[in-house]
Parts: sequence; C-alpha cells; structure tokens
Amino acid sequence: MATAHTTVDSGDFSRLRGWLRRLRSGDEIARLVTLLFASSVILLTLLLVYRLWDESVQARQTFGWTFLFSRVWDPVAGQFGALPFVYGTLVTSLLGLMVAVPLGLGAAIFLAELAPRRISDGLTFLIDLLAAVPSVIYGLLGIFIVVPLMRTVIQPALQQTLGFLPFFQGPAYGIGFLTGGVVLAVMIVPFIISVSREVLLAVPVEQREAALALGATRWEATWKAVVPYARAGLLGSVFLALARALGETMAVTMVVGNNPNISASLFAPGYSIAAVLANEFSEATGDLYLSALMELALVLFLVTFILNGLARILIVLTARRGSGMAQV
Amino acid sequence: MNVAKLSAVLLLALVMALSACQDSSITILNAAGATFPYPIYSKWFDEYHKLHPNVQINYQSIGSGGGIRQLLDRTVDFGASDGPMSDEQLAAAQIQILHFPTVLGADVPSYNLPGVTAELKFTPQALAGIFLGKITKWNDPAIAEANPGVSLPAQDIVVIHRSDGSGTTYIWTDYLSKVSDEWRTRVGRGTSVNWPVGLGGKGNEGVAGLVKQTPYSLGYVELVYALQNNMTYAAVRNSAGVFLKATLGSVSAAAASVAASMPQDFRVSITNPGGATAYPIASFTWLLVPTRIEDAAKRAAVKDFLTWMMTAGQEYCEPLAYAKLPQEIVARETQAIALIQ
Repeated sequence: MATAHTTVDSGDFSRLRGWLRRLRSGDEIARLVTLLFASSVILLTLLLVYRLWDESVQARQTFGWTFLFSRVWDPVAGQFGALPFVYGTLVTSLLGLMVAVPLGLGAAIFLAELAPRRISDGLTFLIDLLAAVPSVIYGLLGIFIVVPLMRTVIQPALQQTLGFLPFFQGPAYGIGFLTGGVVLAVMIVPFIISVSREVLLAVPVEQREAALALGATRWEATWKAVVPYARAGLLGSVFLALARALGETMAVTMVVGNNPNISASLFAPGYSIAAVLANEFSEATGDLYLSALMELALVLFLVTFILNGLARILIVLTARRGSGMAQV
Repeated sequence: MNVAKLSAVLLLALVMALSACQDSSITILNAAGATFPYPIYSKWFDEYHKLHPNVQINYQSIGSGGGIRQLLDRTVDFGASDGPMSDEQLAAAQIQILHFPTVLGADVPSYNLPGVTAELKFTPQALAGIFLGKITKWNDPAIAEANPGVSLPAQDIVVIHRSDGSGTTYIWTDYLSKVSDEWRTRVGRGTSVNWPVGLGGKGNEGVAGLVKQTPYSLGYVELVYALQNNMTYAAVRNSAGVFLKATLGSVSAAAASVAASMPQDFRVSITNPGGATAYPIASFTWLLVPTRIEDAAKRAAVKDFLTWMMTAGQEYCEPLAYAKLPQEIVARETQAIALIQ
C-alpha cells in the first residue's frame, strides 16, 4: 500500500494518517488503554496524598512542625504528637528486618543453590503459601505462641545474659517492641525468600561455571560469584519486605502493647502508626482528632516514600559492572 | 443477529417487570453507631420486623464516633452511641438531637492473680491509684486493707486498658474522674485517653486475652463480656460504702437511683451514684434521634419502635445479659417520644 507521497501532503497530515491507520489496526488503542492503566495507578496515589493533605489541614495548622517531635498523644486535651508512633514503626520494622534478612537470604541461597531441585520446589511452594496467610492469623499466632515464649523463656534469658545493655532491661511482659519485631520478621521472611530465590535463580549459569572453573568450592562460587551478581535484586527483596513491615497493622497491634511510649528497652510496650490508625480511627470524634490521625497517615506515607527512595538510591549505588544491574 | 436482539428485548422486559414488582410500602430505616449494644439492637430490629413486616431497620455497628458522624451528615436516620454527645457537638449539629437511653452497660475490673482464689474487692482510691501508676504492687496497703485475710503477692501490677476508642473506656474514665481529682485533671474522661500506664488491647476481646495471658494483670471489660466468658472480676465499693459485684440487678439500680434528678435530655452519667444497691461503674447507651423527621412513614416507624423498645423490647435484655431500663426512666422517655415531629 505504500505509494510515494508527493509534496502535496504536508508532514502533519501524513502523521495524522499514520495515527489513524494505527488506531484502526488496534495498536494505538492498545497503547492508549495501557497508558490509561499505568497513569491511573499514579493518579490514585496522587489522589490519596491530596486527600490526606486536605484532611490533615487542621492538625497541620494547629501544631505545625512540633507535631513531628511531640511525644504527647492526648485526645481529651487535644494534644497530638507523632514521635512515639514514628519511633515504634521504625523500631519494629528494623528489628523485623534484622531477624528476617539473615534468615530469609540464607534460606533463599539454600533453596536456589544448594538444595536438590525437588526439595527446593516443594519448600518454595510452602513458603509462598505462608506469604498468603492473612496478617490477623500471624497476630493470633503472636499472642498465643510468641508472647508466652517471650515472657517465660526468651526475655528472661536475654535479661540474664545481655541485661547490662539498655535494650534488654525492664519488666518482661512478653508484649512489646521485641515481640512486635519478631512477629513482623515471621511475616516478611516469606517475601524475602521467594523474591530472593527468583533473583538467585535468574543469575546466568555462566557466572557459577566461571567461578567453579577457576577452582572455587561450591560455597565460594555461590557466595563470591552468584550472590554479588544478584545483589540489586536481593536488596530489592529486602526493601519490599521493609515496605510490608512498615504498613503492617493487625499483627503489630496485637503484640506491641499499644502504649505510645519511647523507650530504649525492647521489652517495653510501644505503638506504631498503622496500629494507632486501626485502633482509634473509627471512634475518633472531633475534627482535630480526626485531622491529627490523617496527619499521622500522611507521615507514614512520607516515611515509606523516603525509605523506598533511599532503597532505590542504594540499589543504584551498589550496582556495579558485571552484575545483573549493569544491564539495565 | 435476531437471537441477540430478541434476548436483549426479553432481558429489558424482565428488568422492567422486576422493578415494577418492588413494594414501595416498605419503610426502611438506616441506623449506625455503637458496638457495645449491637447484639441487643440486632435482636430488637429483627423482632420488630417480625411484628411489623413493612418496617425494616438496618444497623451498622461502626462505633459511637462513626454513628455520631453519620447522623450529623444525615446519612442515617438515627444513630447510637455509648457516650452522650458533648455540648459542642450538639451546638455544631444543624439539627436538634434527642438522646434515648436503651439499655445499661457496666464495666468490671477483671484480674489474673495466680494463686489467689478469693474474690477481690477494690476501693475507688485503689482503682484510681492503680490506673494512675501510683499503686504498683499487688500487696500495696490500699488494696490489702479492702481484702483482709487474702495473701496478695508482692508482684508488679500489669495494667491493661483499651487501645481502641470505646464507650467502655468512657464509662471507666468517667468513673475514675469522679472518684479521683488527680485523674480528672491529669487524664480526664473520653472514649480514648492518654493512659499514664498500661498495655492496650483492641476490643473487649483484646483486653480479656491480655488479662488471661499475663499473670498479675488487671484490666476492665464490659459486664456482658465478662459474664459470657466466665471471667474473674472483682467487687467495687460504691458511694454508700458497700462492696458490690456487678450484676444486672445492681446495674439497673444504678440507673433507678438517678431517675429523679435526671435532666430533660437524658444525657446523664450514672457512675458513682447514691444508693446502697447501685453498682458504681455503669452507664446508659443511647439512641440519637433527630427531633424533626420529614418523612411521615419513617417518623411513625421510629416513634413506634421506640415505644416498643422501652416496653416489650426490654424483655429481650436479660437473656442477652444486658440490664433493663428502670420503670421511672421508661416513663420519662415515653414523654420524650412526643417531641419527635
């Protein structure tokens, strides 16, 4: 159908005809529809932020920047501050990461590199099921299994051996930052394992073969050739898990103690932003109270955003030549 | 083509026929609010619908705060709340709202003391001191002197309170505000307060779970919940000096003792009342009804339901472990129904 166009057709007209042809053949429609879907996600997020910003205006005007640094949360007196909740969110999430990352990465390396294929597939299936368990179930597991274990066995043991550190002092309720962190760790380990395993399996076999050909042992090949190649993906899985941990609500609120308190001791009860929103939102009467809760939601959004931004920067910085990221 | 057109026409005809079948004489009332009375309310609405099949009442237990918000936004016909609306809220509402007490609830102090089988007694000062964090050990004199002959352990008291906003907390903090000046100035009363000490559990079930799990703990739960779950709870000394364990009878007595001095709008707190048989930590739960209801059918339905609720409906309370309204209150409420126009 390509006829030679004379100079009678101007450039714009031929572009328009080309566009109409693509439209009729379905290409342009496909492009427009997928563009719509992609932009709808961004638009929804922007709408969410806009609504949070809008609804929190009263709290922002009343408290200003002191909201971020105040430790008081008093609905009766109308004094609200975000610091205990931000502290609790960060402490439980980081504690969860500290427990889950070695466990998860170790398990992923085992499943991807060292286990026989059948065992690896079977275990992976089970671990993916774990990732689908609702968080309330983890909360119940936390209350009925982890809390008594903490109170009777683990916390007294920690107090006896490491009690000189400020982290392990104070009465052992079983409920508190430590239990919250451990329950979060149990929840995010399946994510770390499944994503890390996929990433490790995607490392080209030439990397392993090259290391082995140079005389490395199996473990050396894994640790020195495969894992560094997959480093960007592994970091990505860790930050995915962190994002889940930051927003986790029900499991945390059941075991963290729900006391807005900042304490160096991990045995002490605490609170997280998601937990206080879940607890207090439905009964919040009064515009300032609601507005303060909305501002807390905005703070959580910002914390998640900042941490994810840092994650991306870290991934870009640690990508190096000869790793998977270098092909991006 | 013909089959497609035919089926489209048939579908359209079916839809039109179905919509014409809709009975427009059913009056539907929407309500929302408190979770505490939800079991008795859903029983009432169900029984009322059986008696009056043309009236259907839908209730969403989204919490007292949500109920008040929905009522003020006019998305529901009436609301329900465990705590009365404050003066500011009533002033800010564009409509005039009446409070109708429906049933009574009470808070009980539930505890977990391994090795102590006797039933404990608490004075108001002991409870206030414990929840303020000033009384920290079980064998403190303030607790021991009310429990002669009971050997209390020298352990720390683990205080458990509600983490979510709730009418249960409102009753408890209202009582503590009345018996302790320090509580009133330092913490105050509300559905959600700044607790000086303690662990928070979500819902009655959260507090109950924490109390059961944690040795040497003390928390407060709704009487209904404690009865249904066979929890150990203590007696509290009322203003007449009598140590009373909460029962349905003593809770109704608390309401009866304030009936004479009750304000017109029924927004009264009945914690710490006078009377030797009155349990001190009790409260009404209210239905919030606007004085003006435009729709005649809805207005008639609401008034009729309220009348039924106060008379025949009260029979359903005791089996569900709610305390009934005393007769004096019912008489005054019947007068107030006439204000709905």
